[in-house]
Amino acid sequence: MKLARRSALLGAGLTILSREGRAEKKYGPGVTDTEIKVGQTQPYSGNASAYGVAGRNQAAYFRMINETQGGVNGRKINLISLDDGYSPPKTVELVRQLVERDQVFCLFYTLGTQTNTAIHKYVNQKKIPHLIVASGASKWGNPKQFPWTMGWQPDYHTEGLIYAKHLLATNKSPKIGILRQNDDMGNDYVEGFHEGLTETLKKFIVSDVTYEATDPTVDSQILQMRNAGADVIFNVTTPKFAAQAIKKIAEIGWKPTHYLVSVAASVGAVMRPAGVENGQGILTAQYLKDVTDPRWDDFPDVKEWRAFMAKWNPTANVLEGSNASSYAAAYAFVRILKSCGDELTRENLMRQAANIKNMEVPLMLPGIKVNTSPDNFYPLQSMQLARFEGDHWVLFGDMLSRHKG
Amino acid sequence: MAAIDNSWATKGGLGWIATTFWVLLAVGPLAGFFTQDPSFEYYMFMGQSMLINTIAILGLNLLIGFNGQISLGHSAFFAIGAYTTAILMNFAGWPYYATIPVAAIICFGAGFLFGFPALKLEGHYLALATFTLAIAVPQLLKYKAIAGWTGGVGGLILDKPDAPEFTRLGTDQYLYYLCLILAMLSFWIVRNMLRGRSGRAMMAIRDHAMAAGTMGIDTAKYKTLTFGVSAGITGVGGALSAITVAYVAPDSFTLQLAVSFLVGLVVGGIASLPGCLVGGAFIVLIQNSSQSISDWMKVTFSLRYDVPAWAIYGILLILLMYFMPRGIMGGIETLWLKLTHRKETQA
Repeated sequence: MKLARRSALLGAGLTILSREGRAEKKYGPGVTDTEIKVGQTQPYSGNASAYGVAGRNQAAYFRMINETQGGVNGRKINLISLDDGYSPPKTVELVRQLVERDQVFCLFYTLGTQTNTAIHKYVNQKKIPHLIVASGASKWGNPKQFPWTMGWQPDYHTEGLIYAKHLLATNKSPKIGILRQNDDMGNDYVEGFHEGLTETLKKFIVSDVTYEATDPTVDSQILQMRNAGADVIFNVTTPKFAAQAIKKIAEIGWKPTHYLVSVAASVGAVMRPAGVENGQGILTAQYLKDVTDPRWDDFPDVKEWRAFMAKWNPTANVLEGSNASSYAAAYAFVRILKSCGDELTRENLMRQAANIKNMEVPLMLPGIKVNTSPDNFYPLQSMQLARFEGDHWVLFGDMLSRHKG
Repeated sequence: MAAIDNSWATKGGLGWIATTFWVLLAVGPLAGFFTQDPSFEYYMFMGQSMLINTIAILGLNLLIGFNGQISLGHSAFFAIGAYTTAILMNFAGWPYYATIPVAAIICFGAGFLFGFPALKLEGHYLALATFTLAIAVPQLLKYKAIAGWTGGVGGLILDKPDAPEFTRLGTDQYLYYLCLILAMLSFWIVRNMLRGRSGRAMMAIRDHAMAAGTMGIDTAKYKTLTFGVSAGITGVGGALSAITVAYVAPDSFTLQLAVSFLVGLVVGGIASLPGCLVGGAFIVLIQNSSQSISDWMKVTFSLRYDVPAWAIYGILLILLMYFMPRGIMGGIETLWLKLTHRKETQA
């Protein structure tokens, strides 16, 4: 009797133990009780090294998480961030190193469109979570063919489409001039813009000029567009060229309707250097708060971001937009890891990433929330149009998006 | 360039060191049949990159080391080779192996044609002219009229070939052997070329073009031919890179690639055939380890700032050039001479 009771107790204890053990110890490669290994490639050198600030900032963010919160659910994030120099073959080599030699749990915020294209197939064959891809291309949201890859920001294609829709709604017969950088960003934007115009209305485009990222100025391109008789500009440039273009347009006394892409719509890096009086009335679309715009200074998330930058990444230039977007992405990544609890398998990570409901992320515009589902791999899809008035962007209209969730 | 000695080109026989080396390269990957190490395939991939760089450097070495024509534009021929393979595989449905000879021939043609204007230019003027090739090609690949074929900025995605059933090799193991066989073939061709009349003519042109011409060497013919063969070999490297990476894009073939070939060549040793292997390995290994060194320094000395990896790379290069001005193979040779013929060198 006594013996039976004891063994029954023991049995019950054992089942509890083993059940707990099952729930606790479910780890994929790269995870231990104390550590989660995360891989990343960034262009710290080469043509696109300006983007490399994102990787440094995220390393700082994870250091902050590890030191102030003891990591995620007690496990420290070990970010292995390697320099691929923006060269696709190098990315393949480094990602294989991360996956096969270093045995990382997942990839996070690998930067660049061509570089990510080079590893797209590989990571999906190997079933490595390839999360929050740092590229605005639209191909990262294709869960049917590529169930292990998920993008992040609203894609350029959608943004281009939003501008075209807005243009057609406000102007019945525009004469459009397109100024674009000759790379994948430029192409993606213009493709989306074309889609928004539809095949028949493409005739509205009177001039489509390109420049190379290595060119000194875009002055002649501006004149070319004006001489072609354009009265609308779709300005697909990076910050330096955007500022030049805005200045030049004002200089020659030209007053076209001006759409400026979000990647170049920074108050601190573009509008102020170009002269705020020259930028009045320019249109753009946004999803992030422009942290260089003093208007957002009193918002708690911006304050927190500033405190973070001052303490953990003091050498960075806060005017660089990547420091804000990479912070938001790192925040979301930590949230996804947290939601995995103690079941840190690659399958569960993808499951959690594909089931985000209304996650609020710092530095997003008020009202923008992250949502995903097993057949919607576009975490952020809304943007809002804004017009430059006085010295800041004034949001107007509804949240716009293309992909329906 | 009088300091260059031609011992590697003119020595008889394969030499037991070279033979052992090639045998080691061929036997090493068989370890894959015994090991359970998950990173084995990654090491095979590294091996492929090293061999591909080796082939490209071999092509460059033929031109610079043995013919005295400087090229900063070999990334362009590498790109042409890669795109030839990619386009044939993607649009014509060719099997990967059939595209390699075509890539070699097209690159030979391109190099041969470029050799003609190059005749008028020497030394740093030629370097500048080839430099424009390296800059122009990535932009030309994006050109709208041909973007349908090249995939424009997005590039072309290829299918990685599987190893044939009967070999029972893993994909990466198999591709490694493909690279190795083509590397050996290229070395064999170059070695035979150098040992014959054409090799002597090439080197005579390098050492003193006018004297070579006076002796009856058709300098124009040899210079353009060398340019063609050099580009053809580098193009084979490009074709292999397209196959192993399974993706080509303009960003893969920037000026940085051309410079890294040149660095590999100088580090390995100008006018040294084994130096090409050393250089190929150097490019792949040192770029990776300079970042590890940078991370290690940051952690060990608990620095607040990142140590730029490329600065470390630069310092390593300077040190190397200071202690081994003739590259690693040149350094080893000097050391060997010092050890074996101590009296002669001291005298």
